[in-house]
Amino acid sequence: MSLDRADVERIAHLARLEVDEQELTAYAETLSRILGLIEQMNAVDTEGIAPMSHPLEAGLGFRADEVTEFDQRELFQVNAPSVQAGLYLVPKVIE
Amino acid sequence: MEWETVVGLEVHVQLLTKSKLFSGSSTRFGAEPNTQACGIDIALPGVLPVMNREAARMAVKLGIAVGATINRRSVFARKNYFYPDLPKGYQISQYELPIVQLGKLMIDVDGVPKKIGITRAHLEEDAGKSLHEEFHGLTGIDLNRAGTPLLEIVSEPDMRSAREAVAYLKKLHVLVRYLGICDGNMQEGSFRCDANVSVRPRGQHAFGTRAELKNINSFRFVEKAIEYEVARQIELIEGGGKVVQETRLYDSVRNETRSMRSKEEAHDYRYFPDPDLLPLQLAAGFIEETAMSMPELPNAKRERFIQEYALTAYDAEVLTSSREMADYYEAAVRAAPDHAKLTANWIIGEFSGYLNRDNLEIAAAPVTADMLAGLVRRIADNTISGKIAKEIFEAMWDREGDADAVIEKKGLRQITDESAIERIIDDVLAKNPKQLEQYRCGQEKLFGFFVGQVMKATQGKANPAQVNDSLRKKLGGVLP
Repeated sequence: MSLDRADVERIAHLARLEVDEQELTAYAETLSRILGLIEQMNAVDTEGIAPMSHPLEAGLGFRADEVTEFDQRELFQVNAPSVQAGLYLVPKVIE
Repeated sequence: MEWETVVGLEVHVQLLTKSKLFSGSSTRFGAEPNTQACGIDIALPGVLPVMNREAARMAVKLGIAVGATINRRSVFARKNYFYPDLPKGYQISQYELPIVQLGKLMIDVDGVPKKIGITRAHLEEDAGKSLHEEFHGLTGIDLNRAGTPLLEIVSEPDMRSAREAVAYLKKLHVLVRYLGICDGNMQEGSFRCDANVSVRPRGQHAFGTRAELKNINSFRFVEKAIEYEVARQIELIEGGGKVVQETRLYDSVRNETRSMRSKEEAHDYRYFPDPDLLPLQLAAGFIEETAMSMPELPNAKRERFIQEYALTAYDAEVLTSSREMADYYEAAVRAAPDHAKLTANWIIGEFSGYLNRDNLEIAAAPVTADMLAGLVRRIADNTISGKIAKEIFEAMWDREGDADAVIEKKGLRQITDESAIERIIDDVLAKNPKQLEQYRCGQEKLFGFFVGQVMKATQGKANPAQVNDSLRKKLGGVLP
């Protein structure tokens, strides 16, 4: 499987990445090579081997259901470009 | 052509934990914006999620209640999309391996039982809220809800009408509240529903193309939205058109569904296992312990009520529609043990009516189970008539005291003294010679008139059965 320039454009858009026109071909090639490696791995016979979703042989740790965080709104909102009435303001996202 | 409706529902149940799914922020509703959004919830660099044990327990409870497989090992995945109320740029959800799989829920429409399959239920975090008004062309973001635990319960496309869909949704709503895993508040968005709707010619095996309806936040809207959408699809197909697979927004004001085309292109979530979270592994003990802590479930309770209290299926259904209602009923019956049916009537009738009128929860009702039982005992032992009982109930509701106190204070004790009733009857007959004459001439309907006059003369305090008997005797004597 290989990617063309249109695929790269679409993926870049989904990830909200800006990709230069000139770079598209290069990305298509290098990303296709990664897919090639995955195809190679896919071809290995893995019959009877449990899929691994994480490299560590451990399960998730739990925390108790307790409120441990306190309000730090003022501190956090120092970083925000625009706030009003306690809300973060962003460009309008609905049509 | 005859068309068949096919519906599957996705229900988002907000879990009743104190803290969020992966952070220690409070989940309390209605706080000042962004005061319950910590570094993890707003996705500051370097933070890591830590799983809330109680959320896992609640998911397991639901799984056990719907007879599902509980996966001892499930995996959290990232669902990637960009929206300002999702600070990480992905939602932590479960994809390939959800915590709960393959369950079922029994519904009942017009007395016909039906099994609705539950494909899966998975844990995920909620997003924040976007407020589009009042900010001069900008959008306000409140992240208090971001990270709140949700259990998304996905049904099989097993429902064949809007009514079946509503029946399923109501069943699920009762169940999650019984389990104590969700407050069920649809207004506040604690229990939200999306519907996948399609139509196919009756008899055809393959499903038609479906539309996904969003924004249906009441039982009534679910029914109306599905009905509208079904009619739209049939009209479209019969007019030679084709249904497109898309997301449609339900507009309750106009009662119509509208396409949300803009959402289409972004429908590529690129799920992958979240590297920040190890697989969720449940010890056998955890599942057993959870099973032991489960309350009696609605179906079992309903059957028990029918057996134990000799109630009709309808009465039992209404009384078990919430745990609070069922507990109230059982507390009242404990205090008036021989009058289970009469107690049921009063709770389903008067008590529920007043609750609705005043928009009160059972816990806040001025008439406690003991007070209701006190009233029922006085009806049963003939101290008062059913009609007077309503007056007393109203007084109890207005906090004028328990039944006995109100009866004493207002002198509402039923008149059961035979001779007293006879005196009143004589008086009534004497005062209405014309009617008596007509009755004698065969107008037997007037019997009711005399009963009414006697009840009026006693302000409803005469025992109606006794009045009937005595009046019949008297009038029998005067008939030609």
